[in-house]
Amino acid sequence: MYNQNQLDAIDDVIQTKLIAAGLDHVIFMDMGGNAIAKHDNGKSYLDSTAFAALAAGNYAAVDAMAKLVGESEFSLLFHKGKKLSIHFSKVTDDTLLISMFNKELSLGLVRLKVIDTIKEINQILLKG
Amino acid sequence: MALINVKKKEVQIKIVYYGPGRGGKTTNLEYINETYQDRIKTQMVSLKTHDDRTLFFDFLPFDVGQIKGFDVTIQLYTVPGQVKYNATRKLVLRGVDGIVFVADVQKEQRKKNIESLNQLYENISTYNLDLFEMPLVMQYNKIDLKQANIPILSSQTLQKDLNSSLRAPAFEASALSGGNVILTLKKIISITLASIQDQLF
Repeated sequence: MYNQNQLDAIDDVIQTKLIAAGLDHVIFMDMGGNAIAKHDNGKSYLDSTAFAALAAGNYAAVDAMAKLVGESEFSLLFHKGKKLSIHFSKVTDDTLLISMFNKELSLGLVRLKVIDTIKEINQILLKG
Repeated sequence: MALINVKKKEVQIKIVYYGPGRGGKTTNLEYINETYQDRIKTQMVSLKTHDDRTLFFDFLPFDVGQIKGFDVTIQLYTVPGQVKYNATRKLVLRGVDGIVFVADVQKEQRKKNIESLNQLYENISTYNLDLFEMPLVMQYNKIDLKQANIPILSSQTLQKDLNSSLRAPAFEASALSGGNVILTLKKIISITLASIQDQLF
């Protein structure tokens, strides 16, 4: 269970590193499909409950496929759409960060920002 | 494990409907979806094949109101029942808080019920969970087939086959007409909530 300080700090890092950089939606969630923190730029609606359940299933399925071909994991998961793309990153063994961004942003920039955010979230979780 | 968010005062609980293929797990969720439309903010998600067999899972979240200041959301999942999908069944069980085992009362399904329950025991043990300590409700589904003169197993036989050592609450049900679907749901919610109370308060 995450404490209030951790949740505040996670909200803060997602807002300042990702939403401020122009991402549309960001969900920090557990592998069971529960959203822990949800943020968006306020411009579009997302059914984040259903999305988190599907994202967990998707990540788990790809992870199981990785094991079948002898990989410990596929660390980058990326779905590209015409207008919107989705980037999946593992944060800890039990949590995922899902970032959604529009065509105005490059995947490279998003990856950099996401790596930075994951580092900070890990530090927040370690601090307790 | 239930997700408890102290900041937003939210609790999310995961309940999985498990059982052999074509047993009525999805039908349970469809009935609940129709009955509790007003509490369900999102669409029921179903990942299924062209012939309506569950491929990955069905997902249905709904609110049960507040408990001691926490908004409680129940997330209902089904697993695919077909034997070949065990890898995906295991994935859906990750983070489970409570289980409804939907057994098929048709006589010809007797062996499949037992095999499915045994596999459930093995599957959740991969997450270091013990079925004997897990909130669990047994549902003996398709009891309405008796009227159609289809040979069915008696509740005594099903209890002996599946529930003699687990001793979970058990209900005869007819998911198609809704018989005891809600009673099953209420029971699993109440015992799951009771089991996580220690974490909450």
